[in-house]
Amino acid sequence: MQSTAIAISRRQITGGDIMHIPDGFISTPVAAAGCVIAAGCVAYSVKATNKRLGEKQIPLMGVLAAFIFAAQMLNFPIAGGTSGHLIGAALAAILLGPWAGILIMACVLVVQCLIFQDGGLFALGANVINMGVLACLVSYYSYRAGVSVFGGGRRGTLVMGGLAAWLSVVVASVACAFELAISGTVPLRVTLPAMAGIHALIGVGEGAITAAVFALVMATRGDLLQLKGV
Amino acid sequence: MKLKWWHGALLFALFVALLSPLASSAPDGLERVAEDKGFIERAHDAFFRVVPDYVMPGVSNEAVATILAGVIGTLIIFGIVYGLARLLKARNET
Repeated sequence: MQSTAIAISRRQITGGDIMHIPDGFISTPVAAAGCVIAAGCVAYSVKATNKRLGEKQIPLMGVLAAFIFAAQMLNFPIAGGTSGHLIGAALAAILLGPWAGILIMACVLVVQCLIFQDGGLFALGANVINMGVLACLVSYYSYRAGVSVFGGGRRGTLVMGGLAAWLSVVVASVACAFELAISGTVPLRVTLPAMAGIHALIGVGEGAITAAVFALVMATRGDLLQLKGV
Repeated sequence: MKLKWWHGALLFALFVALLSPLASSAPDGLERVAEDKGFIERAHDAFFRVVPDYVMPGVSNEAVATILAGVIGTLIIFGIVYGLARLLKARNET
């Protein structure tokens, strides 16, 4: 009970409490497996990015990471006294390709964990898998598939970008539900509908913000959307 | 030094960080589910504290402390990712 009190008072103090998986929610084996898998994915991302990174993409990576960090602090209210916040993986993955996107998300999550105590140290791997690896791959490939089927004009980019962003949030939340279930924290039949349901709403915010940023990029530097993905 | 497009983009990110005190204080998706399904008390705090919960320690005004944490974090992230990208680019040219 004491930690519940701490959790509640912490939220009251901070005003904008964002929360990645903290330590204690997932078991040691799940956390350890998560760290190993995440490290492998990040290592591959470094290799893939290393090969294909262009000059223009260097500052774009930096400013996207900065924007994603800042925007993640801005929790927006959704239904029933709950809030959500941007993940940003779709934004990064669609603009820069999935591998550079994973690197950006991993950097953001590591800084949030080490400096801001957001997301547990041992749960870092799971957080990187959910909001980095899975969210980037899902949003990138669903966006690509959508654009190749429905066309990638201005409207196609905005609509497909928004839908891909929505999907990435739901997939990340489903992955989290599985990790909680495998850990024995809470059964899948309890968390899966709850996590997917609430994140289907939060994902609407993610989709709207992603589409809005794409519209802003198109209006100012449309060429950035045409860059070859990393 | 000539201003480039990404200087504006970085300023935009810093502007977003300035808005951080306006964030909703309601629990987020995972926290809400953890409270509803009764496993929130399993969370334990980190054994180290640097800038916990996006509030700069030692600053009494909460909004200012949040903005400071946000702006510093935004700059740190920019520096790390920009530096990493430069490093990767330099490596692929050699």
